[in-house]
Amino acid sequence: MKKAELMDYDKALELFEPVLGFEVHVELNTKTKMFCGCANEFGQGANTNTCPTCLGLPGGLPQVNAQAIESSIRLGLALGCEIAEYSRFARKNYFYPDTAKNFQTSQYDEPIAFDGQLTIELESGRLVTVDIERAHMEDDAGKLTHVGGATGRIQGADYSLVDYNRGGVPLVEIVTQMIEGGEADSPEIGRTYVAAIREIVKALGVSNARMEEGNVRCDANVSLRPRGSNVLGTRTETKNVNSLRSVERAVRYEIQRQAALLHAGGTITQETRHWHEDTGITSAGRPKSDADDYRYFPEPDLVPVAPSREWVEELRATLPEPPAARRKRLQADWGFANLEFQDVVNSDLLDAVEATIAAGAAPQAARKWWTGEVARLANVSGVSADSLVQPAQVAALIELVVAGTLTDRLARQVLEGVIAGEGTPLEVVESRGLAVVSDDGALIAAIDEALAAQPDVLAKIRDGKVQAAGAVIGAVMKAMRGQADAARVRELVLERAGAAE
Amino acid sequence: MSEITAEQVAHLANLARIDLSSEEIARLTTELGQIVDSVAKVAEVATPDVPATSHPMPLTNVFRADTVVPSLSVEQALSGAPDRDGDKFRVPAILDEE
Repeated sequence: MKKAELMDYDKALELFEPVLGFEVHVELNTKTKMFCGCANEFGQGANTNTCPTCLGLPGGLPQVNAQAIESSIRLGLALGCEIAEYSRFARKNYFYPDTAKNFQTSQYDEPIAFDGQLTIELESGRLVTVDIERAHMEDDAGKLTHVGGATGRIQGADYSLVDYNRGGVPLVEIVTQMIEGGEADSPEIGRTYVAAIREIVKALGVSNARMEEGNVRCDANVSLRPRGSNVLGTRTETKNVNSLRSVERAVRYEIQRQAALLHAGGTITQETRHWHEDTGITSAGRPKSDADDYRYFPEPDLVPVAPSREWVEELRATLPEPPAARRKRLQADWGFANLEFQDVVNSDLLDAVEATIAAGAAPQAARKWWTGEVARLANVSGVSADSLVQPAQVAALIELVVAGTLTDRLARQVLEGVIAGEGTPLEVVESRGLAVVSDDGALIAAIDEALAAQPDVLAKIRDGKVQAAGAVIGAVMKAMRGQADAARVRELVLERAGAAE
Repeated sequence: MSEITAEQVAHLANLARIDLSSEEIARLTTELGQIVDSVAKVAEVATPDVPATSHPMPLTNVFRADTVVPSLSVEQALSGAPDRDGDKFRVPAILDEE
């Protein structure tokens, strides 16, 4: 593949103003497909979830999934959209092997949701309001595998294979208005916008929101306007950019590529481009042409969707706290520094840390365990940290550390046991015998030393202020490197101090 | 008379993957023109107080519960496929070499 000339990013911005637009496809996590009762799930064998309707066989008739409508309306509302009083499906006609019906059932001039707004916050603190043109419902295409040729890509393949399990799965496509004034922040705006959409659909619970599995997919439109001109440049549409980092890279790449081409006197072709994750470049797909004459017309097999205002208000009442507001609230509640909080957010551990704190752990301890040891173990096994262990278990582990039953070192071993399915932290402590040395002689020596070092505490204990013993217990635990039974230490401290229980 | 042209008919035939001879294109150009004219007559009598419609039934919000029903077996699903490879449909190369 020919590598395109790129202009230095700063120079590109000196000469041109980037104009952006995004189309984000969100796969809904309904139990069934959009228009038939086939299961909306993958991972089983190919073509196991198909029927005459989603295969486009003669006689197949679509029936609208009520849950998909509800999810779409809630998503529209969360994006600040108006919900249409009257909305229709339309056929988008084209021939492509991943679409067995030879049309996609989509929406054209009457989308379910329109005119929304989403304000995102960049790392610099800059707020950018992205106008949402529309959010419409449609069905997904099947999955193609390209066989033969050098690269396994569509170009040069000998033939392709189709699995229609994904065909007919409900999607919401969210389309922005043109985003101007992004300037040097343009790539970050792309990444942050898609991250915000992802966070919203996750909070709503309408999608599994896993980008690596294609639950959220982004098409990035980029064009450049020469400084001093008010004429929009020709745009390219980079398809299926499927990670947050890739959105940022793809936008930046297109700015640099288009700038070099325009500056050298070339012209931009209006085309779709493919993003290559491995090499970090885009390559030309098909040019916009006759093939994009989709001849939309209202879907004759479906009646209009006309959500009552009462229903819309009922659904509005079910909306969760907006993720951006929630983040602000949680950071303030937990007292995390920006970097600490970003670490949690970027690791996708906000829910896990929140649940762990709710289960009784101190915020800093919850953060430390999740972004530290749990994340490390998850990384080793190549899974997400929050799938490795339950927040309640992490909270229980932290409690054992705080109580002095475990040192951090022992607790890491206990965590491994919990992850290995050996039971709760307490059960692992018992079964693995991880807590404690209880050689009274060694403990008594350490206690006497600690009491001698803290005569004021000793006096308090003797006065009956038994809770003051905590300071001595802490010192002893430290001296024993945590491998002492805190309860036994407490007993001995009181005994040595001469206090009655 | 409508303004349907032979080029439009050829373009549509291409989009619909219908192979038409030049005789067929000429005939369809005339026939489609007549159909468009007939529809235009309806438009003459339709007044703004008649809303556009896409469906003969005055119904909205016909939904199905989100409940899984059995799918076809893989063999049934693939029984009409011109070609297959394992449990997948096999189709000819989609794009030419770059």
